[in-house]
Amino acid sequence: MESHATTFGVSNRKLAMWVFIGSECMFFGSLIATYLVYEGKSLVGPTPEEILNIPLTSVSTFILLMSSLSMVLALDAVQRDNRRMSRIWLGGVIVLGGLFLAGQVYEFAEFYHHGLTLQRNLFGATFFVLTGFHGAHVTVGVVWMITLLVMSLRGGLGPERAMDVEVAGLYWHFVDAVWIVIFTVVYLIQ
Amino acid sequence: MADQITHETEPGQAHASTGTYWLIALILAIITLLEVAVFYVPLLHSVIVPILLVLSVAKFVLVAMFFMHLKFDKPVLTTVFAVGLIVATSIVVVMMLLFGTIGPGAGM
Repeated sequence: MESHATTFGVSNRKLAMWVFIGSECMFFGSLIATYLVYEGKSLVGPTPEEILNIPLTSVSTFILLMSSLSMVLALDAVQRDNRRMSRIWLGGVIVLGGLFLAGQVYEFAEFYHHGLTLQRNLFGATFFVLTGFHGAHVTVGVVWMITLLVMSLRGGLGPERAMDVEVAGLYWHFVDAVWIVIFTVVYLIQ
Repeated sequence: MADQITHETEPGQAHASTGTYWLIALILAIITLLEVAVFYVPLLHSVIVPILLVLSVAKFVLVAMFFMHLKFDKPVLTTVFAVGLIVATSIVVVMMLLFGTIGPGAGM
């Protein structure tokens, strides 16, 4: 890929991704604030204490953290032109991201069977909107990683394309960082 | 101006070693275990909020510094991220104050 001159001393695409991440902070900040101000104000159950599954979510959190490790190792492999390892680590991100999403689908289905829906109470509305938007971000990330893996399998993901992987990695790590906050605020501090 | 111009591929940019990434992942896993442990220890329930917030911030900072390479990248990127974070945190705090979740009207 042809390189472009920049005046900030960093890649324009990387800077653009950081600006986007900054705006995403505000987006998730608003959703978290909404969850917190309505916490404990539901008139009917189920309440967080009755329904949240901490062991399951702890495992999901661990899986997402390890996907971030896989992501950063994929970038490292691409920068070193180690095509085999870059494919393995990118595949790892996809598998771990998929597992996280599967856990979230299971959790949502369980909640639905226990009577918690988007319309049921304030907890359901704020919880599903917050974690649902996060899940949508993870889904976008998994699709992005699949495109990178396909690109790699076609032989087009060498060190000259490392910035493509780095920008995707920034997005992935941010989604992980947001989950760190959600896990603490929603699941552990009840 | 010319000396401020670099190229998009940023050749030779320094990142952490793979060993450091594994170490950070291990620390993140240990902190997560601690968080869950704190949740299940009744003795700590009176101080659970500050403990969990500190552990959560530690994890967030480690991810941003090492996995997102802010420790090794140009300060302008940290500034851009910090602006977003400060606005986001302000939104949370102001909303909670306005709705009485924290502050003088809390619990009313």
